[in-house]
Amino acid sequence: MAVEKEYKVIGTRPIRHDGVDKVTGRALYGADYQAAGLLHGRVLRSPHAHARIKSINTSRAEAYPGVKAVVTAGDLTASQDKIVDLGEGAVNLKFMCDNILAREKALYQGHAVAAVAALNGHIAEEALELIDVEYEVLPPAMEVRAAMQDDAPLVHEDMKTDEMGKASDKSSNIASHFQHKKGDIEKGFAEADVVIEHDYVTGTVHQGYIEPHNASAVYNADGEITIWCSTQGAFNARGQVAEILQHPVSKVKVVPMEIGGGFGGKISVYLEPLAALLSKKSGRPVKVLMSREDVFESTGPTPASYVRVKIGATNDGRITAAEAYIAFEAGAYPGSPVGAAAMCVFSPYKIENGFIDAYDVLVNKPKSNAYRAPGSTNVAFATETVIDEICKKIGMDPIEFRLLNSAKEGDSRVDGPVFPRIGFVETVEAAKDHPHYSAPLEGKYRGRGVATGFWPNFAFQSSVSINVNPDGTISLVEGSTDIGGSRASIAMQAAEVLGISAESVHPTVVDTNSVGYTDVTGGSHTTFTTGLAAYEAAQDVKQQMIERAAKLWEVDADEIEFSDGIFRYVNGKEEEIDFKGLAEKLGQTGGPLMGRASVAPSGAGSSIGTHIVDVEVDPETGKVEILRYTATQDAGKAIHPSYVEGQIQGGAVQGIGWALNEEYIYNEDGQMTNASFLDYRIPTTYDLPMIDAVIVEVPNPSHPFGVRGVGETPIVAPPAAIANAIYDAVGVRLTELPMSPERVLKALGKI
Amino acid sequence: MPDKVHVKTVINGEAVEFLCEPRDSLLEVLRDNLMLTGAKEGCNNGNCGACSVILDGRLVNSCIVLGAEIEGKEVETVEGLAEHNKLHPIQDAFLENAALQCGVCTPGFLMAAKALLNENPNPTEHDVRFWLAGNLCRCTGYDKIVRAVLDAAETMSTEVNV
Repeated sequence: MAVEKEYKVIGTRPIRHDGVDKVTGRALYGADYQAAGLLHGRVLRSPHAHARIKSINTSRAEAYPGVKAVVTAGDLTASQDKIVDLGEGAVNLKFMCDNILAREKALYQGHAVAAVAALNGHIAEEALELIDVEYEVLPPAMEVRAAMQDDAPLVHEDMKTDEMGKASDKSSNIASHFQHKKGDIEKGFAEADVVIEHDYVTGTVHQGYIEPHNASAVYNADGEITIWCSTQGAFNARGQVAEILQHPVSKVKVVPMEIGGGFGGKISVYLEPLAALLSKKSGRPVKVLMSREDVFESTGPTPASYVRVKIGATNDGRITAAEAYIAFEAGAYPGSPVGAAAMCVFSPYKIENGFIDAYDVLVNKPKSNAYRAPGSTNVAFATETVIDEICKKIGMDPIEFRLLNSAKEGDSRVDGPVFPRIGFVETVEAAKDHPHYSAPLEGKYRGRGVATGFWPNFAFQSSVSINVNPDGTISLVEGSTDIGGSRASIAMQAAEVLGISAESVHPTVVDTNSVGYTDVTGGSHTTFTTGLAAYEAAQDVKQQMIERAAKLWEVDADEIEFSDGIFRYVNGKEEEIDFKGLAEKLGQTGGPLMGRASVAPSGAGSSIGTHIVDVEVDPETGKVEILRYTATQDAGKAIHPSYVEGQIQGGAVQGIGWALNEEYIYNEDGQMTNASFLDYRIPTTYDLPMIDAVIVEVPNPSHPFGVRGVGETPIVAPPAAIANAIYDAVGVRLTELPMSPERVLKALGKI
Repeated sequence: MPDKVHVKTVINGEAVEFLCEPRDSLLEVLRDNLMLTGAKEGCNNGNCGACSVILDGRLVNSCIVLGAEIEGKEVETVEGLAEHNKLHPIQDAFLENAALQCGVCTPGFLMAAKALLNENPNPTEHDVRFWLAGNLCRCTGYDKIVRAVLDAAETMSTEVNV
């Protein structure tokens, strides 16, 4: 058994570096941007879910006092079909442009049609009402199964299905169809004693970050564009803006402001190109803000889905075969996370015979976007409840079933990849050993449920540079937007290498002109990849410092050792100096010292968590109350345990919201009827108990400290765990999310 | 456009005068006129609490108060919470408990917590959860926020007793 490494900084809980700014109101978020002569922008949006735009007349708005610029799709360079890769997968430029400002058709309620910049936001809003848009309203396609039918209204008249990698010749809302196969599915089901199959439906849900989207821009006379915005990735925002505006990427600078939550929803740009165009037209800085209603109706929620899962098992609890049909609503443009869903649907189980049939389907809703483990929650709701039903049928404890069927290092997923060392068994054992699992649960309408969540985790690209300060501290420059404490988790990795305290690192997130390329804070990659860049940059500093010590002592560098923050030479004469002492002497040993690293690693290491929940169902109202919640998760190595717990707790609660309350409710015309935080109800303090986060550490062999990203996995298990608990409590299986009071009452036969 | 309104008020203990449009919300005045951007806009209709401030001792959502309404009143915002660069115990507790992630809801939670502890210096977990239900946080799951407020209550009552 490997001996756990001893760390000085890693695993401790220092105050985060940006903490004081954030508790004093001094931290500047995107909407806090101010500038002399600042104009305020607002966006006119389609009231229709599907409509041809016959004409747009902006003349009355342009003449309105205080209005300084109006833009429509005509101000965008004619968009073209061109596939561009901006770091989060390939996208069609035409779709990207048309989503910024609708051209021929408005494809969803909330689709941007025009934007106005005025002296203040009120004037801009008034001016929007003076823009005359003539629409020809078309019937919308609003639900994935209906949208797949031959007679469905076509979101894009010329869309041809990508059928297993080949273009078909028929127009359809099915943007793509793909499959994964492993083993012999028929043989597998023939070997099963028990086969369970159900359909599952999940609604459209939103990331629900508290900070609405915002973007401010200055378009200079020399063509230099600067954008201040809340984005998960400044470089990705830069790339999108450059492509959409057909502007040289080097002439776009994105300054990442503090970001008020993202969860995958602040990767695509919406307002940034509009702010730039409005600034170009007006010659002034322009700040464009979304309202909360805009955020719901016009950004990228995560898709509604239809999923059918069939699993076979033997009476002694071995899975023999698993089959899934997955159809996701992409929204108005292709690209739902159905690919990720297919990676997750049967992971992390050991499946010898598997078949996955998956569809990306256009509907007249906003283009879907990533939301924390995108796709995984939808399919885990299906798989993890089918497994629970199998367990009930064969009389096996769900924990034992998971231990028996867990994938291990060397096993392959149905979609192909082979698992490295993963911590499924360990998280299940942590759940089993937790007092919660054996605690008595009494009461007629109370039940306990278990479910596991999986996310493959991703490693993108990151850069870090480090400057050594004369007082023995370092300034760490990074490009990863800090959404949940990553300045701390990255700084701590550099501190560990250099033997200095976490407080001796001064991390700064900088603009796209000031650091090497860095990908989005997403995919659970930041603490892994940017942390690795910090590790490598610190190694670079360490090596250079060793050379400085060698110069100071006039010895060979390779004879100097460094440990616990002390440089030592012990060959003949004894010399030692700590990091601070040597930092003070940089001036006399060669001048300033900086280290740097850019990394593009692989081996992010899958992330797995197992949750236990106790619920009480009110049979009169259908309301489900969460009585107790425990979430175990493999973090590989928790750099800052408090913020790892925070990710687990926050993700679990988003999953609870998805399970019980959250969904877009549309009327028959395809208009959202609950676009506010009053009616789209996310969990509050009063809806919840404490969330017991249990960190399991199975080190990731691909990271020097063993890090696995932790951000996404915790949202995956809750809906299934709660559904299983509801079954345990009242004996009914819910197969539709959210499990709202109405649906619970229906399942109970009360209404 | 109607004439602007001249408002005299007290913000964070200091006399302040400003001009605003009659339709400007207190949140707009704080953020755009007075550059007090600690209060955040999350919903602009009183649902999320990110703009929470204390008005004459009472917790309000500044997005649904008019700027002109604060004539002659006293407003406390997050910018006034720390005294002479010494953090308030609630601020310290939020840092110690890692009770923030993205931090955009934090100013609102701090002000709501302050209003709670003014009224009820020794709240139970239930009291805290009930009081803070008007402030939405999407990152933390509230666990660490509730703990931070309970810790702050304990620290503050100890300080008073000493």
